[in-house]
Amino acid sequence: MSNPEEASQDWRDQVFDTIRRSDVRQVSYVPDAGHSRLIARAHQDPDIAAYPLTTEEEGIAACCGAWLGGQRSVLLMQSSGVGNCINMLSLAANCRFPLVMLVTMRGEWAEFNPWQVPMSRATQGSLELMGVSVRRVEDPAKAADEVQAALDDAFLSDQAVAVLFTQRMLGRKKWER
Amino acid sequence: MASTDKATPGRGLERRAVVQRLLADRGGLLVVTGLGSSTYDAAAAGDHDLNFYLWGAMGGAAVMGLGIALARPESPVLVITGDGEQLMGMGALATIGAQQPRNLAVVVLDNGLYAETGMQASHTARGTDLAAVASACGFAWSTTIDRMADVEALRDRIHRREGSAFASVRIAPEEPPRVLPTRDGVELKNRFRRALSLPAN
Repeated sequence: MSNPEEASQDWRDQVFDTIRRSDVRQVSYVPDAGHSRLIARAHQDPDIAAYPLTTEEEGIAACCGAWLGGQRSVLLMQSSGVGNCINMLSLAANCRFPLVMLVTMRGEWAEFNPWQVPMSRATQGSLELMGVSVRRVEDPAKAADEVQAALDDAFLSDQAVAVLFTQRMLGRKKWER
Repeated sequence: MASTDKATPGRGLERRAVVQRLLADRGGLLVVTGLGSSTYDAAAAGDHDLNFYLWGAMGGAAVMGLGIALARPESPVLVITGDGEQLMGMGALATIGAQQPRNLAVVVLDNGLYAETGMQASHTARGTDLAAVASACGFAWSTTIDRMADVEALRDRIHRREGSAFASVRIAPEEPPRVLPTRDGVELKNRFRRALSLPAN
């Protein structure tokens, strides 16, 4: 896999296959370029309800609702969206709902847009302050394994877990059109 | 509970009577209530394992209902909340409108007030029409209700699961005695799942 494009698609597909195998039936998201493959595959899958949110905090409540109704779900967002979730995370904390957030990082490595930086710096800390366990993924080869561990920690052991896909792993955003 | 069939002009229906009517003969109805008075109203109508009461997470009630509705398409799902709670999650109406769950109804008990914090006027007292917002967001059916007969019809509509429904029910600015259900979130979660024959984890 010398072609980096192929390699990157490969880990994204592995992450989706991991989610699929774990019987996740709802995928809600605020889009990010780093999640585009996952979002597209979720929409293509007839056994998954994939739906966009207007703000990330909706996804916390939607995931908790899905669990009440008997389904597993996963929430996708970029790091700036974590800031929108803070109070809603009290729902997961208070009721010990299983929760899996997959977060693509911005503002931490080769960032062009300074507006991404403050929330990026606060992402891991604010999640941890609200009781969410955080795993950072730097190596694409380990992405699916980390997501599987997050799914197990959430759905088998009642935790709220966020997996942060680092910006270094995701690569530079292209600004030229 | 005594109730008038028609709201006194400018006053509104009795909230407890409205919720009691909505939850009558509930069968397999799955209920989420928004924090504050809506939670007390549902508890006053009779505590039930399939009531999930929010004591916080303001703005989350409607979209929590969406998660349940997508997971259980054969069950009617009813969200009962207040105007203030729904205003904080107004984007959720767009999220629901985009999905069109046939089995989800959102009912806002609208007194135009933040009752829990001292009866400050909310945006619905200053011009926001939540039923119009829901309609513009694509809800299959949306209306404003100020008669108890329409509450009765709404109850039947919820059980028919014939399309995403939104109703803003004009209620009086009253504060009936508080009826406080459990605040134990884990218990609320586990009893709801148990009632659906789902394991705790």
